[in-house]
Amino acid sequence: MEADLVFDEMWADGTSIRRPYKNIKTWLDAEERNSLKAKRQDANDLFRLTGITFNVYGSEEGEERLIPFDIVPRVITANEWNKICKGLEQRVRAINAFLYDIYHDQEIVKAGVLPLEMLRNNPAFLLQMIGVNPPGQIYTHISGVDLIRTDENEFYVLEDNVRTPSGVSYMLENRETMLQMFPELFTKNRVQPIQNYPQELLYSLKKTLPDTAEDKPNVCLLTPGPYNSAYFEHAFLADQMGIELVQGNDLKVVDGFLAMRTTQGHQKVDVVYKRLDDEFLDPLNFNEKSSLGVPGLFDVYRKGRVTIANAPGTGIADDKAMYSFMPEIVEFYSGEFPLLQNVPTWRCAIKDQLNYVLDNIHELVIKQVHGSGGYGMMIGPTATKKDIANFKRKLIATPQDYIAQPTLSLSTVPIFTNKGFAPRHVDLRPFVQMSPEKINIVPGGLTRVAMSKGSLVVNSSQGGGTKDTWVLEN
Amino acid sequence: MLGNTANGLFWTYRLLERAENMSRLIETGQRIALTRLNSSDKQWLYVMQTAAVSSEYKKYYNKVEKEAALDWMLKHPENNSSILSSITSARQNAKMVRHALTTDVWEAINGSFLDIQNLLKGKIRERDLSIILRTIKQSAALVRGATYGTMLRNEEYDFCRLGTFIERADNTARILDVKYYVLLPSAKAVGTSIDNVQWETILRSVSAYGGFRLEYGHEAGPSDIAKFLILDKRMPRSLIYCCEILKLHLLSLCSTYGNKPASFSQIMQLQNRFLTHDIEAIFKFGLHDFLQKMISLFADLSEQIEIDYRFYE
Repeated sequence: MEADLVFDEMWADGTSIRRPYKNIKTWLDAEERNSLKAKRQDANDLFRLTGITFNVYGSEEGEERLIPFDIVPRVITANEWNKICKGLEQRVRAINAFLYDIYHDQEIVKAGVLPLEMLRNNPAFLLQMIGVNPPGQIYTHISGVDLIRTDENEFYVLEDNVRTPSGVSYMLENRETMLQMFPELFTKNRVQPIQNYPQELLYSLKKTLPDTAEDKPNVCLLTPGPYNSAYFEHAFLADQMGIELVQGNDLKVVDGFLAMRTTQGHQKVDVVYKRLDDEFLDPLNFNEKSSLGVPGLFDVYRKGRVTIANAPGTGIADDKAMYSFMPEIVEFYSGEFPLLQNVPTWRCAIKDQLNYVLDNIHELVIKQVHGSGGYGMMIGPTATKKDIANFKRKLIATPQDYIAQPTLSLSTVPIFTNKGFAPRHVDLRPFVQMSPEKINIVPGGLTRVAMSKGSLVVNSSQGGGTKDTWVLEN
Repeated sequence: MLGNTANGLFWTYRLLERAENMSRLIETGQRIALTRLNSSDKQWLYVMQTAAVSSEYKKYYNKVEKEAALDWMLKHPENNSSILSSITSARQNAKMVRHALTTDVWEAINGSFLDIQNLLKGKIRERDLSIILRTIKQSAALVRGATYGTMLRNEEYDFCRLGTFIERADNTARILDVKYYVLLPSAKAVGTSIDNVQWETILRSVSAYGGFRLEYGHEAGPSDIAKFLILDKRMPRSLIYCCEILKLHLLSLCSTYGNKPASFSQIMQLQNRFLTHDIEAIFKFGLHDFLQKMISLFADLSEQIEIDYRFYE
């Protein structure tokens, strides 16, 4: 990828500072490098103390790592943000309508917009959800839509995370850290607050109650437990929302309702904020080997006696193969052109497209359809000969497992390195809350940043870092 | 409140108390080793006996040596009651009930864990001991202060305190029981000043050396030590003090939940039957038998609390 094609959010064309970054530039120019280094160390100590770490899978037991945090904020103007919000709302509403449709009448298949094979051969299409009516007809209570920016005006959707989107605690704690370390920045810049996210989420979940809920609905967060990589976030959100943090063995189906074991016996649960993969939710209805879930939970759900957020089976909508149909899906349900663009995507399952991918593999990003977190992915321009040969073999053997995309030039934002400031590629994950009443989008999101020079991999499991994300007031 | 959360809080505080008690025992051992001319490494065996970690120690070491004993009590991975093991499990429990703790308490526990883990990395030299023990003591004070100052006085707080005081009662009873015979009235004549290494060890192990002399004077004898650590309500590590605090929090749970489960009758019985007499009656009953009885009653109480408040399925 050539450097002059990359859009830098601070420098744009490389000669003049973009307006929203003027104050940031002034601030950084005035700071001593050593004092920023000390501040960066402070930030790390603060993260360690608060316990904002993630557990690394497959590493030594109990190893906890910090996600690298960069002190230079990423800035988005109110106008840019409003545009993004409109696009997100349109997309999330369409995804929710899509989920209802495919688990009921499948009008989109009947209309010939989506081939039936996309559902039939897809493990993410949850047969158990067919005909089930989630409370309030909401499937996607929370979506984390990954956006990338390519120039002054273009934002693309890279991925729709609607199963169990994570990372919101980093969005919140990054802001807390910046507030503590550089309070003066927030008096000089009018940054829209994000601190209400947990309360707004609780409000949103309480607007999506099952009919059986009574006056004081009981909401809890279901976690796989302290060894899960995102456990810190689960505990953090439960704490901030003031709800119980439960594991499978705290819950039980009692007299046809879901209940949690309190110090005074079992008490009915109305809403489960689920941070567990569908597969492990209920050993009677899904993976029978799961010890993390609750036997019979899905039966209670089917009867409409509990809300599960997000609904089981939403994974079909953020499946990488389904992604390529998203423009059609948005248009089909909203009756409008999509406001946020998709990255062009080749479906390797289709022969012509596979051939194109094989011929142009050096310029493409190859992604495994069911993978996540940057695993099972290959970036053509930076891949070794061995990687390429390896992926070619995989593509020919199981083409339906892969999609390919051009290597888009993700925008860059400066980070503070030991050698001074340097541009690094970023993406943005805003969090969208949905209830029958409204769509709510907290002004901000998680900016993930590829910490090494030229890298496009922002995933924290692959060494990516984060930044505070500012949406300015108008 | 979840039964599991009650469980997590109870054990977080039990284990923190355990780590603190262990550090106090080590400090006592070290102090006596340095200030007594005729002390030998054998002294450490007694310290480990008091901490109830000596029989496991013997499985890993052939003889009692200061360095090995310190390593065993501070950080040996096979010792479940080592300071590092206790504080690691305490922090793991706290992590699981993070949402039931205030930010101040969580950060105090997590920060203490990080500091202590860091101090206990690598080989421990004797000269590092004082900074290690001081850090542990300060950490314990920090967690206690954060708990006292920021936790709501609700059921969560009750379970934290129950954990602390069950562990403390057990600890005090064990310290007394390991050397119960030096406390019997027949063991010495009245009027000798407290210049007995055994007594000093006992008193220092519960941070009561100065307090005891202040309150009971130089004339006091060994039976006064027993009285002080069993029946003196002013002493925050005495059995009766622990019992009072346990009663207070069990009663508070009764009033929160509007019921009186078995654990409450147990603490009432424990106090009425065993802590309403004077020290002479206890000697008559048999000090060793009495302490054994107390240890087993506190263990029963702990189990009953687990059952009454549904810690487990």
